[in-house]
Formats: sequence, C-alpha cells, structure tokens
Amino acid sequence: MKVLMKGNEAVAEAAIRAGCRHYFAYPITPQSELIEYMAKMMPKVGGTFVQAESEIAAINMVYGAAGCGKRAMTSSSSPGISLKQEGISYCSGAELPCVVVNVQRGGPGLGDIQPAQGDYFQATKGGGHGDYRIIVLAPASVQEFADMAAQAFDLADKYRNPVMILSDGMLGQMMEPVEFAEPATEDDLERLDKQHWDWCMHPNQDEPNHHHHEINSLEIDPVVLEQHVIALGKKFDRMEAAEKSWEEYNLAPDNEILCVAFGTASRIVKSAIDDLKEEGVNIGLIRPINVWPYPSEAIAAALTDKTKLVYTFELSLGQMVEDVRLAVNGKAPVEFYGKVGGIVFTPEEVKDKLKLALKV
Amino acid sequence: MQVIATRPKSLTDVGFTYCPGCLHGVAHRLIAEAMDELGMRNQTMGIAPVGCSVFAYKFFNCDMAEAAHGRAPAVATGMKRARPDMHVFTYQGDGDLAAIGTAEIVHAANRGEHFSVFFVNNAIYGMTGGQMAPTTLPAMKTSTSPYGRDVDDIGYPIAVCEMLNSLKAPYFIERVSLLSPQDILKARKAVMKAMRYNKEERGFTFVELISTCPTNWGLDPLKSCEWARENMLPYFPIGNFRDKGAEGGDK
Repeated sequence: MKVLMKGNEAVAEAAIRAGCRHYFAYPITPQSELIEYMAKMMPKVGGTFVQAESEIAAINMVYGAAGCGKRAMTSSSSPGISLKQEGISYCSGAELPCVVVNVQRGGPGLGDIQPAQGDYFQATKGGGHGDYRIIVLAPASVQEFADMAAQAFDLADKYRNPVMILSDGMLGQMMEPVEFAEPATEDDLERLDKQHWDWCMHPNQDEPNHHHHEINSLEIDPVVLEQHVIALGKKFDRMEAAEKSWEEYNLAPDNEILCVAFGTASRIVKSAIDDLKEEGVNIGLIRPINVWPYPSEAIAAALTDKTKLVYTFELSLGQMVEDVRLAVNGKAPVEFYGKVGGIVFTPEEVKDKLKLALKV
Repeated sequence: MQVIATRPKSLTDVGFTYCPGCLHGVAHRLIAEAMDELGMRNQTMGIAPVGCSVFAYKFFNCDMAEAAHGRAPAVATGMKRARPDMHVFTYQGDGDLAAIGTAEIVHAANRGEHFSVFFVNNAIYGMTGGQMAPTTLPAMKTSTSPYGRDVDDIGYPIAVCEMLNSLKAPYFIERVSLLSPQDILKARKAVMKAMRYNKEERGFTFVELISTCPTNWGLDPLKSCEWARENMLPYFPIGNFRDKGAEGGDK
C-alpha cells in the first residue's frame, strides 16, 4: 500500500522499519520533519530518541550506540553535517557502522534553507580529517530516499563504516507516494543486536570468557597505525569495487550528448530529455545513484564515437563535474551547467542548454 | 602467605603510561576497586578521554570506548541508551571536560543521564605539554600563560561542581582530592558512592578529583601535593555538593 509522505518522514519511517532504534539529532531546516517524526515514533517502538545539544553531540551519541552494536542514525542539513564531520571520521577510524542523512541546503556558511547539492565534495571526498571513505547514496525520489535507509544500514553493517544518504531540501520537503518494506520483527532485531557481538561493547562474563573490547581510533605507534590504515584502505577498495550504482536513462548508440546528473538535478534533466525526445532529439543520461563509489566505468562505457559532448548538471558551482571529467578522461568535451543559492533550474533551462549545444 | 593487596580485577595487567608521581593511577585504582567491590565489572562500559588518560581504554578491564576530545558524555549517552542493562562511566581531564567538552558535560548532567563522570582536575593540559587549562589558577604560569593567567584577559578558572550544582537533574556531585592518603580514603568513599548509585540506576553522578601534574608544574610529587593543597583547594573546595540519596525520598 502506498502512502503519500514527505521524504524526511519517509526515510525516518523506513529507518525504523530497518531496525534502527537509536536516533540522535539536532533540529535544522530543511530536515526538521525527520527529527520530529523520530521524536514521535521512537517511543512507540521502544526505541531511543535524544534531541542532542549539538550536531557534534548527536554524532558522538551515534558513536556510542554504534559501539554497542546497535543500528544508530543521525540526520541534519548542510551546516550541521559540517559539525558532524569530526564524528564521522572517528566512526570510520573505529570501524563503526552508522547512517548519516544530509538534507542539503544552500551554502556556504549559513547559506539558506532551499535545496542545493553543494555538499558533494564534502560527502564524497572525505569531509573530516584523515584517510577514510564513506559510501554515499543519493536518492532522486521519496521512494528511493526511503529505500535507501535499509540499504544504508546493510552497507554500514557489511563494511563496519558510516554510510551517508545525500539528499536535499527538495526531496526532504516534497510529498510522493511511497511503499514501505515490512518492519523488522523481534527476531530480526535480535539477530541485528547479535551480529556485531564479536567486537562491540556488550554484557560481559567472568574469566575465562571475559572480553575486553575497545572502540577506538587511536594508535600511537606509527607502525601499527600504518597497518590499520592500510587495512582500512583495502576495505575501501572492496567498497569501491562492489558498491557502484547508477541508472541509465534513454541511452542509445547515436546519442550526441550524454548527460550526467544526480538527485534532484537528475529529475529535471530527465524531464528535459523526455521533452526533447518528443521533438525527435535523443539524449542519454547517466544518473549516479551512489555518488561514492563513483560509476566512472558506466560513464566511460556510455561514450560512443557519436558522443560530441558530456553535459553535467548540478545544483552547485560544479563539483561532481570533476569526477565526470576523470571518467570521460578527455574522450569528449565536458560541459557544466549549475544553479546555486538554493535556486533550482527548470526543465526548460536544461532543454535550452542542450539545444544550444546541439545547435538545433 | 596472606595476600593483603592485589591488583583489582577491573584493571588489566597493561602497565600505566603515566609519569612518576602522577595520581591518575590512584584515580584508576579507586574506580576499579569500586567496580570490583560492587560486582559491576561484567556489566560496565567505560569511556576514555583525550589527554594524559587517553590510554585508559587499555587499563580498565571492561569494555571501553575512546571518545573524541570532550565528547565522552555524548558517547556515554549513546552507550547507556543503547545498553540500559549496562553501567557506564566516563573518565575525563580538565581540558577535555571543562573546555572543549563543556556543552556535552552540561547537557548530559542536565538530562540526568544514568552514568558516572570522574573528572580529574590538575589545572593544566598534561599530554600536550603544560598549556593553560580552563581550571588553571589566576596568575598560574603555563606554557600558554607564560606571564601567569591574567583573569582580566582570559577569565577565571571554572569551578565545575559549582556550575553543575546549578542544574536540577544531577543526583550526586562531590569534589575530593588525591593529595594525601587521608584524602584518598575520602575520595574512595565518594567514588564508591557514585558507582553504587550508578549501579542502582539513581541518575547522574559526578566526582571531581583534585590532582597534580609534577611534570608540567615542575615540582616533585610531594611538593606538587603541597602546592595543590595551598593553591587549588582554596579555589576548588573539597566537599559534597549534592547527594539526593542522603536527602532521602528522592529515588
């Protein structure tokens, strides 16, 4: 059964259904419906909701709950996500699975509260200090936003690493029909609770089975830290090899233009592509679904000898376009069009840009 | 042969990393003895701070988490909420708790979180080499207050017990010192009480332990204790600020 819901509420409901019982956050627009939904629902499912004193405290509460092996989540919007970067780095260093939702707004600084994609660099290139990577899922609909909650927790558990859902104020605020997975059963929760028992903090016993588990990212001996970081690097390599995800839209061997866009921007580009198709012009789109790891090979594979231009559309001054250029590797010119400040381009604007490029 | 003293079961056999004359070892032992005596070890998780006691996660023989600088009370909140069947304590120094972690300690105390905080105050940053702490005394020289702490410029030392005592929720707040064997025996009672209340799920318990830093103060261990008694205790008076258990009827 489909229900009409805001993206912020849908991802919260989906997270609870995926077995998340520990949620910590701080209010910020445009993600406030998410924290409010959790405040309302967590007590009803026997979960924990704490409105933290700051985004920094919230991610560190996640660190504590994740260290106990629980599915823990926090959410915020761009300025708050900046504050969480310290904690995300610590979670990755200590190999703690957790989920962070970013409902992006305009920046830099306080910016505004309208949708934007200016946190792409921060999300996909690190954000916090040190050598680490996180998988970043970028939804383009309320349904996908909701579906990504369970995916994010599964990936976090699989790799013992934070996973980010990189949404924006448009997807957070708009309502669309959404269908939810069945909620986790008591058996599921029991299984989830025990899955990290070999390393997480949990009730102990006397010798000889007494355990001393350490949740820690510190290693003062450089030789030992080197080995730890190399091991993390191998894990990030495994993530990169296995977790690329993208959608191919209207790709055809005779496309003269290949578009690349993610999230909200990709929906608008799709509308423009549909309109142009009715006018007899065929343009393809690669939509990265996971923006890290990045689907470089898919972009390279979509290039043909007919490709005159790769056109990247983003709600930023141009961030993902750098990854597009790396993927295209000089085989075609790469053009960029973006809007900033929380302004969203219209399908007509995208259409005009594409027509200008095609000179039709 | 009769054993009259032994290592608490709640301490691992990993050697301490502290300087000669440092009192962290004493503070660790008091907490470990309390865990042993109260039979809490198998149900307890601790949190180490950033600072000299950053390696405390290796020393307490229970599950331990290492927190980012100042964030221990937030991490403890997540841990206690995730495993309410277990007991949680944090171990924090003055820079960690009273400077970078001020928001976290105030709000954890204000929520009345069910865990214990052991706050070691020696008026200086030890690990980084003797810089000014939020609890550095007026006119006290450190590597970042080389002309002495100028209270007109940088303010007065923060008395954390007094500050937390303005909040309604905390269950137990006491300041003790580790400056003499008699003081340590009194400190032991306060630590024990805090951990007993912790075990009984009474609420937020806080013990400040006045300590020394012979290395960065440039004094030998005994003179450090004398200096602390003469200079720190007038500013940070020993005593109980809050004991809802003693008042009765608050449980």
